[in-house]
Amino acid sequence: MVKSNYIIELSNITKSFPDKVVLDDVSLSVKKGEFLTILGPSGCGKTTLLRLLAGFNSASSGEILIGGEVMTGVPPHLRPVNTVFQRYALFPNYNVYDNIAFGLKLQKVDKKEIEQRVKRALKMVGMTDYEHRDVQSLSGGQQQRVAIARAIVNRPQVLLLDEPLAALDLKMRKDMQMELKEMHRSLGITFVYVTHDQEEALTMSDTIVVMNEGKIQQIGSPTDIYNEPCNAFVADFIGESNILNATMVRDRLVRFMDKEFECIDEGFGENTPVDVVVRPEDVYIIRNAEAAMFHGKVRSCTFKGVHYEMFVDTPDGYEIMIQDYNAFEPGTEVGMMIKPADIHVMRKERTENHVEGVIIDSTHVAILGENFECEPLEGFEVGEKVDVAFDFSDVELTDDPDDGISWGTIRFILYKGDRYHLTVRTDEGDNVYVDTHDVWEDLDEVGITIAPKSLRVTHLTK
Amino acid sequence: MLKNITKFLSRRRSWSIPYVVFMAIFVVTPLVLIMIYSFQAKDGGFSMENFERFINQPEAANTFIYSIGIALITTLLCLLLGYPAAYILSRLKPSNASLVVMLFILPMWINVLVRTLATVALFDFLRLPLGEGALIFGMVYNFLPFMIYPIYNVLQKMDVSLIEAAEDLGATPRQVFTRVVFPLSVPGIVSGIMMVFMPTISTFAIAELLTMNNIKLFGTTIQENINNGMWHYGAALSLIMLVIIGITSLFTDSESEDGANEGGLL
Repeated sequence: MVKSNYIIELSNITKSFPDKVVLDDVSLSVKKGEFLTILGPSGCGKTTLLRLLAGFNSASSGEILIGGEVMTGVPPHLRPVNTVFQRYALFPNYNVYDNIAFGLKLQKVDKKEIEQRVKRALKMVGMTDYEHRDVQSLSGGQQQRVAIARAIVNRPQVLLLDEPLAALDLKMRKDMQMELKEMHRSLGITFVYVTHDQEEALTMSDTIVVMNEGKIQQIGSPTDIYNEPCNAFVADFIGESNILNATMVRDRLVRFMDKEFECIDEGFGENTPVDVVVRPEDVYIIRNAEAAMFHGKVRSCTFKGVHYEMFVDTPDGYEIMIQDYNAFEPGTEVGMMIKPADIHVMRKERTENHVEGVIIDSTHVAILGENFECEPLEGFEVGEKVDVAFDFSDVELTDDPDDGISWGTIRFILYKGDRYHLTVRTDEGDNVYVDTHDVWEDLDEVGITIAPKSLRVTHLTK
Repeated sequence: MLKNITKFLSRRRSWSIPYVVFMAIFVVTPLVLIMIYSFQAKDGGFSMENFERFINQPEAANTFIYSIGIALITTLLCLLLGYPAAYILSRLKPSNASLVVMLFILPMWINVLVRTLATVALFDFLRLPLGEGALIFGMVYNFLPFMIYPIYNVLQKMDVSLIEAAEDLGATPRQVFTRVVFPLSVPGIVSGIMMVFMPTISTFAIAELLTMNNIKLFGTTIQENINNGMWHYGAALSLIMLVIIGITSLFTDSESEDGANEGGLL
């Protein structure tokens, strides 16, 4: 067998619990010595992925290789990895020294060597002279340092870190980020780091894996992920951004806000619906409106320390976020410009809703767990499974879940300059995507209504 | 007038008065009486004769030592049976566990005497002899839930990530138990021991029924003395027992400084 330079290889990992799929066909390779961060919102499956690596859970299907060895059925204590837990998980019945020496004692390392290595590990995390302290007398930051020392003292091939800094205050977190990065450099072992904090991921990582809803969205270096997000979710999750609906007119020409812009993207085809991302610092704002590509009126201007953050309304009803070193008073008429290279074009994941339904009778179809009225149907049998399509803007949401035909919970909100693009999850786990001008909040429960004429019923294509 | 009553009722301290009165009448007064009686001779003057009698008369002292022995054996058996049971329970899914815990606690809803009489009937039916064996069986049967529950409580509240951390650092399942789970469950064990050991020293009903009055425990001795009008000697014996129990509880307290409270029940 050829020894690859990948220390961890995950192939087609799926993990499902009785009520939901947490990881959906995840494949990932981690290079030896890499600092890899798994980034995503809570519930995206990142912690589950880490637990599969540590061996606390086993995958429903797929294979995990660590150091070239198949890990299926290998219990945690035999894996060449060590974990730093979010809530430290220090043993309260041992002092600092015995906590750190725990792994070495189990390996029956020579007593003198244990002492040397524990001292070195304590020095590395800046906790010299704390050996005999009771762990419960330490502050959160100190406990986390001990937890890190306890893991690295065993010289694992891979160090797994599960949101290790999440419980610390901001200042402490910044310091620890730098220290962890430094530790990674001097130890030379592979770090797999899980976090929901995009800034932390951008600061520390060699490679970032962005996850959402159990799927990997994008893998890349921090600069790649920031500059070339592959879809609207990644663009929205990493940093601030303006995300707009657009049409790729042809190669290097994209149309959005009813204007055509030059860009550098190719290969999307002609007149294809796409999403466009423009970072707020990439929009140039000028007083001289003549030379500008488009115009608007400043609505608000907030000082953010280094730059000003401004929201500009265009006459067509779009809202653009801009970051600039110069302030423009609210009410000022301004012109804006965007360089072709700063327009990031992304393929749309979907352009309409598709759900599976069952024909009830000639004017009703069961979708989203309820019977929806539709236009009179011909050529369908009762009980036949069908595909039902409807536009994002044809879904009507109501405050009271009981007012809709079906209901769901708002799971994700994306602002698209002139409208919100919502992901509404029904009780049955179907996602309905909705375009709306109304303001909703994350996790709101809403009623879902769709007019009969908006439902397009077609035979399922095998 | 009404205003004063309202004011009186609205103070939180006022609500504790019934309890204070109750405690004073039924707990503090008897304790003081025991103290006074035990240091009195039959004529009413101060005297140590009751204690001298305990030391010089081997019968009561022997019963006392024998009772402690039975209590120790009962506690040990309860621990040996109860710990694994609590451990298994704590590993169950919460919904299943609460059902099983319920089954363990259910017998405690029935009066001790009824249960013990039933045990006698059971031994009769199985043609097993009553005596020392039956006594220990009855005691273990009666006090086992008191051992299981505090241990289960501690184990069930234990942070799972501690167990995972130990596994992660290379501990085999056995080492996880000996180095992490067991040491951390000591407060529950201490609680359990106190819950079983203390009441077993002073039991008498179980002993009378299950040994057909053939074996006397210290509780029986106290009861007999008091029934026969020997109030002063009975009080002295009670005091001796209280002191011994007090000492064991002090000892177990210092053993588990911060832990005993986690044991639940107490």
